[in-house]
Amino acid sequence: MIPDMGPHAAFIWMSYAIMTGVLAALIAWLILDGRKQSRLLAALEARSAKRSDK
Amino acid sequence: MMQSFLALVRRDLGLAVREGGAVGTALGFYLIVVTMLPLGLGPDLKQLGRIAPGMLWIALLLAALLSLARIFESDDEDGSLDVLATGSLPLEAVAAAKSLAHWISTGIPLTLLAPLLGLLLNLDLDAYLPLVATMLVGTPAISFLGAVGAALTLKARRGGLLIALLVLPLFIPTLIFGISAVTSIMLDTGGSRAAFLILSAISLGSLVIGPIASAAALRLQLQ
Amino acid sequence: MQTQTITQKLANPTFFMNLSAKILPWLSSFAAILIIYGLTLGFATPPDYQQGQTVKIMFIHVPAAWLSMMAYGLIAVSSFGLLVFRHPLADVSAKAAAPIGAVFTLIALVTGSLWGKPTWGTYWQWDARMTSVLILFFLYLGLMALRSSIEEESLASKLTAVLALTGIVILPVIKFSVNWWNTLHQPAGVLKGGLDPVFLKPLLFSAVGFSLLFFALHMKGMRNEIIRRRVKARQLKEVDRAARAHGVEA
Repeated sequence: MIPDMGPHAAFIWMSYAIMTGVLAALIAWLILDGRKQSRLLAALEARSAKRSDK
Repeated sequence: MMQSFLALVRRDLGLAVREGGAVGTALGFYLIVVTMLPLGLGPDLKQLGRIAPGMLWIALLLAALLSLARIFESDDEDGSLDVLATGSLPLEAVAAAKSLAHWISTGIPLTLLAPLLGLLLNLDLDAYLPLVATMLVGTPAISFLGAVGAALTLKARRGGLLIALLVLPLFIPTLIFGISAVTSIMLDTGGSRAAFLILSAISLGSLVIGPIASAAALRLQLQ
Repeated sequence: MQTQTITQKLANPTFFMNLSAKILPWLSSFAAILIIYGLTLGFATPPDYQQGQTVKIMFIHVPAAWLSMMAYGLIAVSSFGLLVFRHPLADVSAKAAAPIGAVFTLIALVTGSLWGKPTWGTYWQWDARMTSVLILFFLYLGLMALRSSIEEESLASKLTAVLALTGIVILPVIKFSVNWWNTLHQPAGVLKGGLDPVFLKPLLFSAVGFSLLFFALHMKGMRNEIIRRRVKARQLKEVDRAARAHGVEA
């Protein structure tokens, strides 16, 4: 049961929702960006490893 | 060193005069913006009179902003900046000289135009002298801090707009105290002397901080 | 025998990557736990006698505002570390902190606005604190805009550092001037007064939790940036190698 947040409940919920949404977006960007860079690095390292094997 | 400093100021002033268009543009911009205010807000003289000090100050800031890029640009383009950087005058003094020249060639003319524009906005009679006084004292901060923005964006793309974004927050103290000094005389609320002194302190501070930061930024780009 | 200070050890990116890989999961977990605990406590508090339930917005607004300022301080310290000590990771720190600081500033502004509407009746109130946070937001935008406008990375990092340090020097003056301006135009009547202790505990937990979250995000951002620079370095080497293989001067 969600407690009654009074007459201005919408503002309270919106604040928390926006905060959660914005932070979630930021966290998602950081995680996805990290994965992308790691993938790129791994690919580049694989290429140079192949080259030195030749 | 003083001689080199003054020589540089005189040179920049000479260039500004010859290139008269730029100063004229700033003055013209000031006039146009102030003209648009009643067009946008309505011709109610009482209302205009109330907001006149603020509007005159803000429009002056914007007009000065237009001309900031040129402080270092033209010298950078033809290589004179490199010569100045390796010369006997320390780069901080070069930046100070150029900021001073900007103030004399742009800040002061804008300040002198302000009372005329005050007529258009029904500025309170009591406010004319404080307005000019605060602008004379406050515009050096605009030139000296504005130079920092010009120095930082020397080699940047879209430099003109970027300068505005970087430099307007730095102008806020000057704006607040400049307007406050005028309106407190207008509305007779006291505190104008304090505001004026703080305004002066800020400008004096900018005479030091501005050249140091400008020189640091220039040094990084002239290697 | 040489002992290194922590900052000296951290000058080695590999050391930083290893250390942060170990710390990050713990940091994020603690952050999450503290935030959830703090906010749950917050929701259990009674309505404030003046503001009603909207006081609960404070539990996220105040930490966000505090972090927006702390992030700028971190950028200033990092900028100092770059320009004066040439610390290898100083720029990575500054670059990573800017978008995170901007996000917390934005959250502070939005939640402040939503807090203000029921409390003062308007979505925006030009009180000293909100105005200062708004100006701080511009400073962040300026930092990010300047950095992105300069192509050469090393130059961009140093110019951004100069801007950050100029900003931190002017920031107290700006705050002072905004306070002054506010007392002129805002006659008394703004809800101030001590904080009822029942609100203090959730606020503290929330504040610490969000601070840990900030550091976790910052650390993650730094890790990403370090990898990004390694990628760029390798890509440049590849281009160089390919150009030379084809007999072209790179």
